[in-house]
Amino acid sequence: MSQPQSAGPPDPGGRRTAWREGLDRLKAGATTEPGRLRIIGAALAALLVGFGAVTAWQVADRAAAADAVVRRSQPLSADAADIYRSLADADTTAAGGFLAGGQEPRAVRQRYEKDITLASELLTKAAADTDDTDPAGREVAKLNEQLPVYTGLVETARANNRQGLPLGGAYLRYASDRMREELLPAARALYETETGRLGHDYDDAESWPWAALATGVVALGALGWAQRRNYLRTNRVFNHGLLTATAGATVVLLWLVAAHAWSRADLTDSFEHGAKPLQVLNEARITSLQARGDENLTLVARGAVLTAAGEDAYETSYRKGMKELVGSETADPAKGTLLDRARSLADGSGGREPVAKAIEAVHEWQQRHAEARAADDSGYYDQALPKVIGEKDSTGEYFDRVDTELRRALAHEQDDFRHSADDGRGALTGLAAGAAVLAVLGAAGAVLGIGRRLSEYR
Amino acid sequence: MRRRMRGSAVAGAAAAAVCALTVAVAVAVPPAGGTTGHPAVRPAARADAVAADCTDPEAGLRPQTVDGPAVQRIKDRGRLIAGVDQNSYRWGYRDPASRELNGFDIDLVHAIAKALLGDPDKVSFLAIPTNQRIPAVQKGKVDIIVRTMTISCDRIKQVAFSTAYFETGQQLLAPKGSPITAYDDSLRGKAVCAAKGSTAEGQLKKDSHGASVLTVPNQLDCLVRLQLGQVDAVLTDSALAAGQAAQDPSVRLVGKPFTTESYGVAMNLKDEDLVRRVNAVLEDYRRGGDGSPWMTAYRKWLAADLKGITAPPEPKYRD
Repeated sequence: MSQPQSAGPPDPGGRRTAWREGLDRLKAGATTEPGRLRIIGAALAALLVGFGAVTAWQVADRAAAADAVVRRSQPLSADAADIYRSLADADTTAAGGFLAGGQEPRAVRQRYEKDITLASELLTKAAADTDDTDPAGREVAKLNEQLPVYTGLVETARANNRQGLPLGGAYLRYASDRMREELLPAARALYETETGRLGHDYDDAESWPWAALATGVVALGALGWAQRRNYLRTNRVFNHGLLTATAGATVVLLWLVAAHAWSRADLTDSFEHGAKPLQVLNEARITSLQARGDENLTLVARGAVLTAAGEDAYETSYRKGMKELVGSETADPAKGTLLDRARSLADGSGGREPVAKAIEAVHEWQQRHAEARAADDSGYYDQALPKVIGEKDSTGEYFDRVDTELRRALAHEQDDFRHSADDGRGALTGLAAGAAVLAVLGAAGAVLGIGRRLSEYR
Repeated sequence: MRRRMRGSAVAGAAAAAVCALTVAVAVAVPPAGGTTGHPAVRPAARADAVAADCTDPEAGLRPQTVDGPAVQRIKDRGRLIAGVDQNSYRWGYRDPASRELNGFDIDLVHAIAKALLGDPDKVSFLAIPTNQRIPAVQKGKVDIIVRTMTISCDRIKQVAFSTAYFETGQQLLAPKGSPITAYDDSLRGKAVCAAKGSTAEGQLKKDSHGASVLTVPNQLDCLVRLQLGQVDAVLTDSALAAGQAAQDPSVRLVGKPFTTESYGVAMNLKDEDLVRRVNAVLEDYRRGGDGSPWMTAYRKWLAADLKGITAPPEPKYRD
């Protein structure tokens, strides 16, 4: 049809004449009514097909992004959170088992091994999903490299400890330092990268398909104009072909707006009530794990490591963790702390109840921690130890309770997320194909409608 | 004895300064258990003279067994509060299996508790980190510190020491078969580990013999780094190095100790009666030749890795 004739170097002679000829024919055609009708018919058909194509393309993009949220980025972000958590848990458990010495309970040993196995499995999986060039891949490579170093150090610590050598404690502290300085920051970076990707996929899925909406409005406008022109020239109100085309385009446009708005609402819901609380809860869980690890290491290190201010480094780190979790030692978490945020993000009793219980358990934990510290500080290590690693009434019991409740809350939010995200993805089902079919139908209608008018000139 | 005869006028002035301080306190707080008698009125000297003219920080106060306010305080409490290390193998460490504190320092604390309270187990052991030893004594958090603590001119301004109960010196620890032979040029291009803030770190800062230096929070961390191949040698005092060698049969002490340092029991400057009492305990602890409690403890904890000691260090007195 109308071909761009500007720009470009002069064409060779033969083609120039062909060009000129076509253009002349078009100009000549536009001066007669049948010629004009042909041009209008072709333009309408092109607009409608274009509208269908742009809609199908943009919707498919958003559906793919919504799919990526559900199938790829959220599971990857959840895996990264599991890697992060299982590493922190392994470190905490290793220190706890170390304190029990030769009588390390079987369950503790198994928990450590389960953590390491889970982390290695997830890291193998993550290594397959990423490559060295992207930032997540680099963190995964670093973790894969450092994890065996860490477990080796823990085993050396254990072997020395079993022989009654204080060197074991020094090894454990070194292992824990590696965990805190190398592994956990890498796991955290991986988690943040994957969570960032999740946010990116959310944005992609939620962005309005402006191009499709604009072409739709232009197509409907053109159809309206063509019908008005038809009415003014022939005094006939309806042209069936053009009417069909208008109906088709209207349906596609309304479907597009409704389905996208619906999907967007569901996805936003899955983010607000799923992904966001999941992030806060994951962070709270890892912070509580580290605080527990600090508590254990305070007893392992026995004053061997100090801060610049001369305080015990591990006790200081424990207090910092507690501050991030709940703020002060009052029963109610301070504003902006992790558990306060988790509480305000939680919805429904299924979400709120475990967080409330976790908050209670943290409070109990802090009180028992103070008792254990007081005993150790007064030289009663024998009394402090069962207060920390004992089965009943120990800080360990309340830490376990915190961990269990946060795990429950995470499971609840994971469910919430899954439902909303599935709904959001479902809302776009069939829209791309439907838009294509209806647009083609509309284009056919427009061509037939104009063809009917043209036949009147034969 | 020998040392006192040799004592110069300078040392006399230094001692006088310390005495003046303790006397001042003794006058302010009358002893509960009668007179201490011994340190009579002496000419006062300026306190900073101690530091400026310190030549013999090991010289301590003569033994005395009369109860003063500090001893009485411990007796009233019924427990001795001792600051110790829990991480120094063979000196003060907690056995992971028995969870009991053990070691040469710990045995000495038990002996002091027995002398003061009649029961070696009437002790509360507090784990005191290296850099908290002096504040813990000054704040009265502990009665005594028995924690491989070197007697030095700087420290005698801040705390009172017993007579020396162990003699040691800076020495290198290296793997068997290492080309490092002593604290000399064989260190060139090697990596040496020292605890942060230790005498060894200061020594390496002064002269590292071309070695690079890695500092870690605790001397035992050095053995970890040595085993992992991150450093080639460890510099610490021979007593602690022996504790490290005892945990790893593949490392050994190399060269000779190239400084001389003595460990003392640290107490508050005000607790003069306690200082004298502990010195009396140490006299008994050293007495008895080869069968003395000191030699028994030496053989039990240290002889395997710190060979060649035949007798405890001779006490020196300044009054």
